[in-house]
Amino acid sequence: MTKPVWKNPVVKWIDHRLPIFTFIDHSAIQHPTPRNLNYFWNFGSLLGFILVVMIASGIILSMNYTANASLAFDSVERIMRDVNYGWLIRYVHMNGASMFFIIVYLHIFRGLYYGSYKQPRELLWIIGILIFLTMMATAFLGYVLPWGQMSFWGATVITNLFSVIPFFGDTIVTWLWSGFSVDNPTLNKFFSLHYLLPFIIFGLVFIHLWALHTHGSNNPTGLDVKGDKDEIPFHPYYTVKDAFGLGFFLVIFLGFVFFAPNFFGEPDNYIEANPLVTPPHIVPEWYFLPYYAILRAVPDNFIDVWGWLPVIIPAKTAGVICMFASILLLAALPWLDTSKVRSANYRPTYFWLYWIFLINTIILGFVGAKPAEGAWLLIGRLATLYYFLHLLVLIPLVGRFEKTKPLPNSISSAVIPAGTTDEESVNA
Amino acid sequence: MLKRNFIIFFTVATISGFFGNIVNAAGVAMKPGEYAWSTNGVFGSFDRKQLKRGWQVYTEVCAGCHSVRLIYYRNLAEIGFSSSEIKKIAASVEVPAGPNEDGETHKDDEPIMRPAKAFDKVISPYPNKIAARAANGGALPPDLSLMTKARINGPNYVHALLTGFKEAPSGLKLSDGMYYNPYYPGGQIAMAAPLSAEAVEYSDGTKATVEQMSKDVTAFLIWTAEPELEERKRLGIKVIFFLIIFTAMLYAVKRQIWSKLN
Repeated sequence: MTKPVWKNPVVKWIDHRLPIFTFIDHSAIQHPTPRNLNYFWNFGSLLGFILVVMIASGIILSMNYTANASLAFDSVERIMRDVNYGWLIRYVHMNGASMFFIIVYLHIFRGLYYGSYKQPRELLWIIGILIFLTMMATAFLGYVLPWGQMSFWGATVITNLFSVIPFFGDTIVTWLWSGFSVDNPTLNKFFSLHYLLPFIIFGLVFIHLWALHTHGSNNPTGLDVKGDKDEIPFHPYYTVKDAFGLGFFLVIFLGFVFFAPNFFGEPDNYIEANPLVTPPHIVPEWYFLPYYAILRAVPDNFIDVWGWLPVIIPAKTAGVICMFASILLLAALPWLDTSKVRSANYRPTYFWLYWIFLINTIILGFVGAKPAEGAWLLIGRLATLYYFLHLLVLIPLVGRFEKTKPLPNSISSAVIPAGTTDEESVNA
Repeated sequence: MLKRNFIIFFTVATISGFFGNIVNAAGVAMKPGEYAWSTNGVFGSFDRKQLKRGWQVYTEVCAGCHSVRLIYYRNLAEIGFSSSEIKKIAASVEVPAGPNEDGETHKDDEPIMRPAKAFDKVISPYPNKIAARAANGGALPPDLSLMTKARINGPNYVHALLTGFKEAPSGLKLSDGMYYNPYYPGGQIAMAAPLSAEAVEYSDGTKATVEQMSKDVTAFLIWTAEPELEERKRLGIKVIFFLIIFTAMLYAVKRQIWSKLN
C-alpha cells in the first residue's frame, strides 16, 4: 500500500493535522482484499447499510411517537395515517428489522461455512456475536413500542425469563419493569433503551471493522493471503460488487415494504395491548423462534430425569440457560473447532455437518412457531439436543478425525486458470 | 456442481422457510375462501364506489355496535365524498362541545353538544368500553378500524365471517346469547348475523344482497385499516421499476470492472 499524496490544499491541510483522508484511503479505497470473495461476502457492508437505515428511520419515527401506554398505539397509527410518508418510514423500519436478521443470519452462516471465526479472527467473531446479542435486545425492545397485544405479552414473557436468576431474579424483573407488571414505566424505559442500543451497535461495528482490517477478510478457500497476487484493492472491485448487491437487496427489501409490509408481522399486534386478555399463542418475532423453541424444549420433569442437577436448576431455569448457551457457545467456536482447515470446501465431513446444523436450526424455527405440545415438542427437543451435540461433541471430534481435501497452494492459484498472467491487468 | 446446487437449494429453503412461518394466533377455525379484492396484487387499487357503499353499510348496520375510532370525517374525502358531502355527513351527528365561555360542559345534567365537523373522529356507538359491554350482554364489540390487518388473512376472514352464520350443528350446545359461525375461533360468537338481504338501500342501484353488502363493508374496512394502500402500491411500482434498471446497470458495471482481472 502506498501513502496517498493529496493535491487539494484543503484536503492536504486537514490530512496533515487529522489524517482522516489517509485513513479512508487505506481502509476503504486501497484496502487489500482477497480477490476470490464470493457474494456471501456482500452481507457485511449490507448490514452496515441497514443499520444506518434503521437509525435514520428510527430517529424520524421517534419525532412522532409517544411513549405512553395509553397513547403509544394511537401515535403509531397517527404516523401511519397523518404523518407525511409516515407509513413508508414505519414500514421501512418494521421490515428493516426483519431484513437485518435475515442478512445477519446469512452473515453468521457464511462465517460458519468458511471457518471465518478461526485464528487469527477469534475476537472479530466474538465482537460479531456481541453485535448480534445487542441487535436482539434492540429488536425486542422496539417490538414492544407499538404497544399491541404481541408487544405487551412478548414483553411479559421475555422479561419474566430474568426471574430465573438466582437470588436477584425477582428484583431484576421488577427493575426491568420499573414496577410490578409491564406497564407505562416499562414502555418509557424500553423506548429510552431502544434509542440507546443502536448507537452501541454502531460503536461495536467500528471495533468489528477494526479487527477485520487487522488481518483482512477470510475468503472461500480459507487460505491466508500469501502475496500481492492474492489481493485486489477494495475500490473499485468490491465497492462496485457491494453496490450491485445493495441494489439487489433493495429490490427485495422494498418489495416487502411496498407490497407485503405486514408479511413478517403478527396480526395480533394491530390489536391494542390489553393486560386482561392473553392471546391464544404468544409467539415472538420470527427471528427469535429457534431460541424460543430451545427455551421451551426443556421438559418439566427435567428434575426427575437428571437427579443431580435439580436442586439448583428447575426446568424453566434450564430452558433459559440453554437458550442463552445456544448463542454464547458460538463465541467458544474458535476453540471448539479443532480443525486447522478453515473452509468447508476442503472439509468433506464438516460440509455435511454444516448443512445438517443449518437445517436443524430452521427446524427449531418452525417448532418455535408452534404450540409446545405433541410431536412439535418432541421434534423441538431432539433438534435442541442436536444443536448442542453439534457444537459440543461433533465439531471438536470431526476436526480431529476428518481427512481434509488437499488445499490449493494459494488463493490466486485456486482462482486463476494456469498459464494466465494477470499482474499487468490488475495494476493497469 | 452438485454441491453448488445444494448450497443454492438450502439458501432458498432457509429464507422461504422463515418467510413461510406464519403463525395462526387466532386458534382453529374454518379456513375462509379466497376472494379477489380490488386491492389485491401489485396493481391493486380502491373501488371508490364500493367503498362508499361499504361506508353506508357500516353506518347503517355495523355502527350500531362497532366503532371505527381511527377514522375522521375528513378522511372520507379519500373514498370520494366531496367536502360539502362530508360537512353534511358530519353535521348529522353531535359530539360533546367542551366547555362554553362560562366553563360549563353540562347544562341541566345533560352534556352540551354541537354538530360534528370534518376534523372530528367518526362517532363511536358507546361512550366507553364498560357501556359497550353492558349493552351487549358482556361482550365487547371490537373497534373495526384495523380489523382486516388484525386477523390472519383479514379481508377474506371478515367476509367469510359476515356471510358464514349457520344453524349450529346438532352436536354443539351454544352458550347463552351466542351464535354459531364456523369461521370464528371456537365456533361461538356473541354477534348475531348482522346482515340480512335489503338491510340497506344502495343509491347506485346495486342489489343489496348479504354477499354484496359483506363485500362492500369488507372493502371499506380494508380502506380504514390501510388508507395508504393505493399510494403505497403506486409508489412501489415506480421505486421497484427504477431499482431493477439501476441494479441491472450496476451489474453491467461490475462485470466490466471485474473483467480487467481475468
